[in-house]
Amino acid sequence: MDSGNLAWVLVCAALVLFMTPGLAFFYGGMVRSKNVLNMLMMNFWCLLVIPVLWAVVGYSLAFSGDGAVIGNFDKAFMRGLDFGGMEPAVLIFLATFASITPALISGAVADRMKFSAWAIFVPIWSLLVYVPVTYWVFAPNGWLRERGSLDFAGGTAIHVNAGVAALAMILVLGKRRGWPEKVSPPHSMPLVMLGTGILWFGWFGFNAGSELAADGVAVQAFINTFLAAAAAGGCWAFVERLRDGHFTNLGVASGIVAGLVAITPACGFVTSMSAVAIGAIGGAVCSFAIGLKQKFRFDDALDVIGVHLVGGLVGSVLIGFFADPAALGYAPGKGVGADGLLQAEQGLFFGGGAGLLVEQVLANAVAMVFSFVVTYAIAKVLDATIGLRVSEETEVEGLDIKEHAETAYSSMDRSTI
Amino acid sequence: MKLITAIIKPFRLDNVKEALKAVGVEGLTVTEVQGFGRQGGHTETYRGAEYKIDFVPKVKVEAVVSDSDVEQVVDAIVTGARTDKIGDGKVWVTPAELLVRIRTGERDDDAV
Repeated sequence: MDSGNLAWVLVCAALVLFMTPGLAFFYGGMVRSKNVLNMLMMNFWCLLVIPVLWAVVGYSLAFSGDGAVIGNFDKAFMRGLDFGGMEPAVLIFLATFASITPALISGAVADRMKFSAWAIFVPIWSLLVYVPVTYWVFAPNGWLRERGSLDFAGGTAIHVNAGVAALAMILVLGKRRGWPEKVSPPHSMPLVMLGTGILWFGWFGFNAGSELAADGVAVQAFINTFLAAAAAGGCWAFVERLRDGHFTNLGVASGIVAGLVAITPACGFVTSMSAVAIGAIGGAVCSFAIGLKQKFRFDDALDVIGVHLVGGLVGSVLIGFFADPAALGYAPGKGVGADGLLQAEQGLFFGGGAGLLVEQVLANAVAMVFSFVVTYAIAKVLDATIGLRVSEETEVEGLDIKEHAETAYSSMDRSTI
Repeated sequence: MKLITAIIKPFRLDNVKEALKAVGVEGLTVTEVQGFGRQGGHTETYRGAEYKIDFVPKVKVEAVVSDSDVEQVVDAIVTGARTDKIGDGKVWVTPAELLVRIRTGERDDDAV
């Protein structure tokens, strides 16, 4: 075992853990001040439930065994893990990924979902949707990976998956009272910018850590993560300046996140200038994709679909054009090579045919159909049993006070009676 | 005594404060408020969507003064707050029946 690799993965686990509070602030700043604590709580809840679930059974189902569709229980309760090797560190690193994925969905259901329903939804969704898709995409024998599709750090398994799940959830949950005629702007843009900074910081661990080693591929992924986010933030800002007249903080924040999402699946498979292109395209496409909800009348409160689903799809499909073995993340061929290095075709722009592009489209289509159907079913069952939606009174007075008996802000100390 | 109340543009507060000091006003109370008049609200843009904000941030300035000082205090506020553009605000005067300085118990004009 290489102690450098081990140290890197442990540090990255901490970096990715920090992304969930970052996401909480990113989303929390965008909701109304009466719902900010509910948003923070929805995110932190994922950090309570998922790591334990992952250690008990999630990791084993997502990464053990040699089937094509799902793992087994061989490593349940963390049995048989060799603490002289990398695997325990990889397990806890991946636990932070499993934690943030359902948290992404919270932005779509903001302002109106019953917390008890969320609390139950998170572990169920993780087991029934996240674990299988992760197995197909990342497990050594997963069938999408075997076919030759590429996903470096979770474009398909995390962002596309969560983005589609967000759509299924809000179709059952319904739109916020008054939407789209009467909605409130973000209550705290500084919180949004703080959250964006934390996400960007943590994303280095997310992407470069996914190499699971401190080597040249990790460096390439690290650099690509930086460049793509910068290009996307700039691109979104310019679109807004031309379209709406101003450079806005929210545009910059959204662009940075869109770029990070877009480069996630590609970061170890493309070279640096391709990363700039993927970021710029991701930023520009997502800056228009957020208008889809007005056109199709679905209330994706904080644009989880416009940023994560669309950004993830853009990055994942662009792998079919930009993938280049010069980035060292994979070798030409199919499946996993004898040296353990992933093999796939080259992208269209780098000497390959359309084969990789077809695999990318197929992998995302499969993930989307599966995630949508199962999430929709979970949402329907929860709605029919405990109910997904808060009462009208709670929605109007605010989820903070009604669901959590807390208040985020007060202009003066309040005495108790 | 009279209570003078003025709603002004926030960026004119410093001017108004200096103008009031210049005519001998020794204390005032300032509150951040929101509202609208003929100026109406403004729009903000988030992710390409326009939000119409009806209430504009303003500052409310209040001071209790002796009857004899009312005219020059009102003039000072008007001079300090005026920009000749829509939304400059308003000043009004209401009677104050009783004034007490809490520390000393002084009343009315002695407490101004």
